[in-house]
Amino acid sequence: METKMINLKINGIAVSVPEGTTILDAARKASIDIPTLCYLKEINEIGACRMCVVELKGSPKLATACVFPVSEGMEVITNSKRVFDARRTNLQLLLSNHRRECLSCIRSGSCELQKLCHDYAVDDEGKFDGAMTPANLDTSATHMVRDNSKCILCRRCVAVCDKYQDAAVIGVNKRGFNTHIGCAFDKPLNTVACVECGQCIVACPTGALYEKDQTEEVWAALRDPEKRVVVQTAPSVRAGLGECFGMPIGTNVEGKMAAALRRLGFDDVFDTNLSADLTIVEEANELVERIKTGGTLPMITSCSPGWINYCEHYYPEFIPNLSTCKSPQQMFGALTKSWYADKLGIDPKSIYMVSIMPCTAKKFERGRDGQSAMGVPDVDVALTTRELGRMIERAGIDFVNLPDEVFDEPLGISTGAGVIFGATGGVMEAALRTAAEWITGDSAAPLEFKEVRGIAGVKEATYHVGDLTLNVAVASGLKNAKEVLESVKRGEKNYQFIEIMCCPGGCVNGGGQPIVPASVRNNVDVRTLRAKALYSEDEAKTLRKSHDNPVLKEVYKTYLEKPGSEKAHHLLHTHYAAKNRFMGE
Amino acid sequence: MSCKTCTCALVGTPEQDKKLRESTASLKDGGSLVMVLQEAQEIYGYLPAEALDVIAEIWGCSTESVYSVATFYSQFSFSPKGKYAIHVCLGTACYVKGSGEIYSKLKDLLDVEDGGCTPDGKFSLDACRCMGACGLAPVMSINDDVYGKVTLDQLPGILKKCN
Repeated sequence: METKMINLKINGIAVSVPEGTTILDAARKASIDIPTLCYLKEINEIGACRMCVVELKGSPKLATACVFPVSEGMEVITNSKRVFDARRTNLQLLLSNHRRECLSCIRSGSCELQKLCHDYAVDDEGKFDGAMTPANLDTSATHMVRDNSKCILCRRCVAVCDKYQDAAVIGVNKRGFNTHIGCAFDKPLNTVACVECGQCIVACPTGALYEKDQTEEVWAALRDPEKRVVVQTAPSVRAGLGECFGMPIGTNVEGKMAAALRRLGFDDVFDTNLSADLTIVEEANELVERIKTGGTLPMITSCSPGWINYCEHYYPEFIPNLSTCKSPQQMFGALTKSWYADKLGIDPKSIYMVSIMPCTAKKFERGRDGQSAMGVPDVDVALTTRELGRMIERAGIDFVNLPDEVFDEPLGISTGAGVIFGATGGVMEAALRTAAEWITGDSAAPLEFKEVRGIAGVKEATYHVGDLTLNVAVASGLKNAKEVLESVKRGEKNYQFIEIMCCPGGCVNGGGQPIVPASVRNNVDVRTLRAKALYSEDEAKTLRKSHDNPVLKEVYKTYLEKPGSEKAHHLLHTHYAAKNRFMGE
Repeated sequence: MSCKTCTCALVGTPEQDKKLRESTASLKDGGSLVMVLQEAQEIYGYLPAEALDVIAEIWGCSTESVYSVATFYSQFSFSPKGKYAIHVCLGTACYVKGSGEIYSKLKDLLDVEDGGCTPDGKFSLDACRCMGACGLAPVMSINDDVYGKVTLDQLPGILKKCN
């Protein structure tokens, strides 16, 4: 059926848009940006903040452009004095209950409220100052802090927790002036079934939600002459870090990142891509073993700590399906503190392992049970991409103009299969590359499995490898994961292998990545742009199968013996346990 | 005790649990969450955390989603009620006629906070809005009995009658 087109005028400019379009989207067609705060496209369309108010000719009331559909002959004015005054008053009212410490606030410079106040010349006179929401910080969780005294009740965090992640552990409690974002019975965040994905942080327009900054711990380690400070960087970090320095979304800054880390003083600048390769070798081996020996199927990937948290809290019945492989972050730490320490002839205790991750749940994962292979934690501190950005900033490193450098040997060597881990479907594709060659014994087995690429929430494919038929599924975002798990539970689907990533689009869109303001996020697909950077890197590599990684070949030959060996199990595998979902447990 | 379909622990009796599960399930299609919460409060006298878990489990949502709705309405209480649930009207007419002092005096006599319950579970005290008996202001109620034109010195006698 043909869509009916609606003709209207915005600030005198004629626009024609399909029926059902909002004024906000129609205005964009006329190159007019209407400011928003609470609006997140398809996630939070509630017209609550009233920043987007516009005048409609013939109507006595202002309309909220983000939810108001266009109609034939409508005349919209977005820039009248009345509109500006209304928006300014709204901002002043928001500020009246916003703890203003903009000089030191973690979001200063990336705060959407701050930007709008600046745009609308709202000064700090405190026109409507009165009672304030107290700054009762919830610091209970490992990965983040909630400061309701900076919350403007836009509900973006609530929307992503529910609609992306199916967790809904935070919501709007009470009413009137007492309205606040909190957990059931206002319990601390670490006592509820939060998966620690950090999607609420990257959705927050202000400084009300933020990661626990651990950069001071890393600065201290870097200054300690007794410590050998080793750093590893996750695949997705190179696809996001440039944004901290104003570079376009999707710029691959691997070379500059390596240079910056060296200048920060890390003793070894290594790459998690190597342990992504290692994960594939161990995981592909585990999959083949399970298929051969009638083990629990479908096997589900275990690299995403947010997904692991979700599985333990919400779907403990699938714990036997989880691969026992540690995540690449943890494998890297374990390998560094065992094989590499041996090679250097130093005590694992003297190594300080820093990981740079696109993820907040990694801060939790490093402290989990069964993640200390050598009697010391595999990883000492996990920083987010944003925290690394802050360190580089403070160190006065001119990131944009740095020369491209390469990672150190030996643990900086990786294949194209490792780098695509950061995008949804990447782990699946990497595993298929290895499994296909192992099962068929043919080194010319296919390299690209494009059916599992792309940002669709759920992807399915069937591959014939040798005489084996592999049904696979890939899900990103926990709501999509739920859909896949439920279909398996109902017996509708018969998969052998499932990849699940907690964050929509995979790690490139992780909760630890640079914050993209809603004004950008609503109009471009950040996930696609960042993922493209990773697939391009993969394509340009000579080695594109994890098991071809020359360093891993040596590691297996001289140390681990073979994939799935007893030693490999001790160092590289872990266990899981069911956790509470409800309050009363 | 534990409930049958999930691992959450329940505070109430098996009969209360059964009733809650039945009414929650029956209101799942077409009913509103507020109706379920009213049923739950009717069954337990208040909304225990465990009841919210059961509702969330049956409705397939999170406990916070249920709690969020419940905290929006002043009719729901999250603390247990006493054998004698006292409500003092703080609506305009009663307040003008001195119900504020009545409320404070009861807090002193019972040694309880707003919405609290005595340690022996005998009395609970809540403020409420208009009971529709403004002609009798100030008004208070104990369970289903309404007391009108209450004076401060009547209070010890009224409490004494509750046994």
